[in-house]
Amino acid sequence: MTKKFRFIGTEVPRPDAPDKAAGKAVYIHDLVRPGMLFGKIKYSEYAHARIKHIDTSKAERLPGVRAVLTGDNSPMIRYGFIKDNFVFKRDKVRQFRDEVAAVAATDPDTAAEAVDLIQVEYEELPGVFDPEEALKEGAPLIHETDPRGKPRKDNLVPVPWRFVAGDVEKAKQEAAYIAEDSFTTQLIQQSCMGTAGCIAEFDLQNNLIIHTKTQIPFLAQNDFNQALKAMGLKGKNSRVIVPTLGGSFGTGLDTHGYEFIAILLAFKTGRPVKIVLDREEEFKTLSPRQPTRSHIIQGCDKDGKLLFRDLRMILDNGAYTSWGATTPSVMMLPVSSIYRVPNVFFETRIVYTNNTYCQAMRGYGNPQAAWPLECNLDHLAEKAGIDPYEFRLMNRNIPNDITPMGLNITSCGHEECLKTVADRLGWTEKRGKGRSAENGKARGVGMASLFHVGGSGRVYRSDGSGIIMKLDDFGNVSVIAGGVEMGQGFESSLGLASAEALGVTPDKVKVITGDTATCPWDVGTHASRGAFTACNAAIMAADKARSKIFELAAEHFMPRIQFKEKLKQKKDPAYQPPGLDYERVLGPEDFDMSENVIFLKEDPDHPLLRLGLDEVLREAHYKEQGTMVVTEAFYDPCNQNLDMKTCRGNMSAAYIFGTQGAEVEVDTETGEVKVLHFAAAHDVGQVLNRQTILGQIYGGVMTGIGYALCEEYKTKQGRNLNPNFLDYKILSAPDVTFPVDVDCIETHDEEGPFGAKGVGEPGLVPTAPAIANAVYDAIGVRIRSLPITPEKVLAALKEKKE
Amino acid sequence: MKREITFTLNGYEVSAEVESHRVLLEVLRDTFDLKGTKPGCGQGECGACTVLVDGVNVDSCLYPAFEIEGKTVTTIEGLIREGNRLHPIQEAFVAHGGIQCGFCSPGMIMSATALLSENPAPSDDEIKQGISGNLCRCTGYVQIVESIRDAAAGMKQNAG
Repeated sequence: MTKKFRFIGTEVPRPDAPDKAAGKAVYIHDLVRPGMLFGKIKYSEYAHARIKHIDTSKAERLPGVRAVLTGDNSPMIRYGFIKDNFVFKRDKVRQFRDEVAAVAATDPDTAAEAVDLIQVEYEELPGVFDPEEALKEGAPLIHETDPRGKPRKDNLVPVPWRFVAGDVEKAKQEAAYIAEDSFTTQLIQQSCMGTAGCIAEFDLQNNLIIHTKTQIPFLAQNDFNQALKAMGLKGKNSRVIVPTLGGSFGTGLDTHGYEFIAILLAFKTGRPVKIVLDREEEFKTLSPRQPTRSHIIQGCDKDGKLLFRDLRMILDNGAYTSWGATTPSVMMLPVSSIYRVPNVFFETRIVYTNNTYCQAMRGYGNPQAAWPLECNLDHLAEKAGIDPYEFRLMNRNIPNDITPMGLNITSCGHEECLKTVADRLGWTEKRGKGRSAENGKARGVGMASLFHVGGSGRVYRSDGSGIIMKLDDFGNVSVIAGGVEMGQGFESSLGLASAEALGVTPDKVKVITGDTATCPWDVGTHASRGAFTACNAAIMAADKARSKIFELAAEHFMPRIQFKEKLKQKKDPAYQPPGLDYERVLGPEDFDMSENVIFLKEDPDHPLLRLGLDEVLREAHYKEQGTMVVTEAFYDPCNQNLDMKTCRGNMSAAYIFGTQGAEVEVDTETGEVKVLHFAAAHDVGQVLNRQTILGQIYGGVMTGIGYALCEEYKTKQGRNLNPNFLDYKILSAPDVTFPVDVDCIETHDEEGPFGAKGVGEPGLVPTAPAIANAVYDAIGVRIRSLPITPEKVLAALKEKKE
Repeated sequence: MKREITFTLNGYEVSAEVESHRVLLEVLRDTFDLKGTKPGCGQGECGACTVLVDGVNVDSCLYPAFEIEGKTVTTIEGLIREGNRLHPIQEAFVAHGGIQCGFCSPGMIMSATALLSENPAPSDDEIKQGISGNLCRCTGYVQIVESIRDAAAGMKQNAG
């Protein structure tokens, strides 16, 4: 069933693209505030050490320095998921990126010089850099006490995740085929082209104004208000302003040490303080994607129907707790619900170490779960003697189904995604055919699916998004949203949806975001929820606006047309006015509006019985006892929080599916894996802007391929070894040597705005297992740790020979 | 050590007093307030700082300020046409989804400008080589290549 929309579903250039193309968009790097100082942070020189003494005297004396702060002269501000992190480490450091001191100076060079002049005396402590080592008896304690001061006895983070459905042990006995594997995923970095940063300043009433890279302006406002309280400024407010973002990919879902430090420096100096991370700092001190170690067992009956899934993970939490520790809450979704499996066991252990800590990155645990799930599924299919595509089809998710986690699947395009990818790759012709290596090269095809939230996600207690619609008397519409544009096309989709819902043209719509003082509340732009929730709220607000407009039309329509006809007569006495019934009484229900024009439903094409939206609004503003058209709506979907004990709850209002597949060529002499062809089919509900949805999927796929083949944030004893783009390899244009087929499967979700579901994250979720499964088809070895490097391939081939 | 340097910037002859350790990126952004050229890595790896020096695309974060004496520099701001209109290459990026977060875009567009002035009808492989020094995390490069391909076709049509 194809729906007919005026603007939805077409390729529309983004409204923010011209400024960005012209170099006019203002990122945090470009922003200058009058009297601004430059902040710089001093980081720890050890992974684990006691701080004996900090000498800031030389730094304070350097000309141009306006403030030097440490834990000794700053209030304690706690932050993070369980508040075990705090600003300016005191007593001891637990990781290399711990902030020990900071400086504000009149120029960046002086600030950097001052940081070097700060002398810190440490007493090194033994560190632990492996979560399994950290669990052993006698391992150094990373945190001796919990955030409340209670003594800790081990390095286990008190964030346990455990999901049980059915009886896995019984199912293990009954299964005809079982596949068991261990997998690992590596640390990778979001690698935004625009690094993180902020400018903090106080007004004369001690309210904070902070320009900062964030995806959660209102939650950040809360975090900063808590910080103000800790600074003795209880009751003061924070205004969070979001500049143009140079990417975010989840980095904006946390509030960071550097933000609190900028705030403290701004308060101390009474001047705006800018802290922007350079690329090396961005690599070393921002929180990367959560790495994992998994052990998985899946089993099926003799026909290949999945019976059980048992997945246990160990997560290296690093030194402090952030969103990395909550990735299992998202992993829970595919673990419990991808393909139909009645018996599921999932458990994680999260352990402190002296490594860097992790937070959110696009996909938020889903890529880490897809890796063992989809690689092991191929292994199980092989054991059962069933083609992995057929195996997936047999066990696919179906519409209108409730999963063991209580997820209410409504629209579901899983079957179509699988079939589309198989078709695109030429699966039947290619699978199992390329093994015989010609001149050392073997080819294979592989696929993997994904399951993710697509109708927002009740991660916090709220899942709401507000919209304000303001119309002026030129027929321009300001759509003011609490969500955040980070490059994904939020403003574009919202503008199109607003235009479609209101009956105006997209060029009349301006989306305004990024200021907690003026924008309506929104819990945050995460979980691929931006378009889903904001567009739904916009549809509601547009509906209210249309009601108001049609009420105004009922009052002003005929009088205004009569006035215009009289004017025509005045200008041209020969003009014959038609016999229109100017006394006719019209009601709001008589009207419709399309492409900025209001007309009568009964006669939409009448050449005279029509008015511009601007004309009606002008009548409204300029009459005595006038009125304006401003409407609002708050959309909060009917989904639930996860019950923390049972890990059940219908977290989203809709779910998304997708399949990706690759044809690869493996060079058995060098171990290099080359992608020959990539296919991605995603269940998107309804395409909103075809140009931006393709962009999101292409971009996701290339990040996914990086995760699969070459990206790795390397550490040794807690120290980052490759904090630059030379040694941390992300894909560049010449690496895209293969065609990428993207198919958007439209399942027209009932709850979605015009049927649309989210698509921000899925592009990179099943990419790595799709490639690994293709590698297996090519050379008959399963690589179980990411990234799939030539060294690992060669080692696996060697092992296979022996 | 400071020195006055004189060079042509976006069509105008300009002078500035700069310190010996400064790079072109800093001169453009701080001395001349041209913020369109972006600081991505400071190490010549990401290409966000790409500008044209005598028609050649260079990483301005590695280009010593003193070396700019007497040369011709074009930044992203220099592409804007009279009447506040985008250059055809900029227009193509807008039309074909070549821009998402936009941080890599000025550098990417400058490299595309250098490529098309030297090779007006590049193959897709030549396009990718032409932007090999410009990293992008958002687009996956597919629509960027489409944008440049379309810009080349459009400019060829207008020239011929």
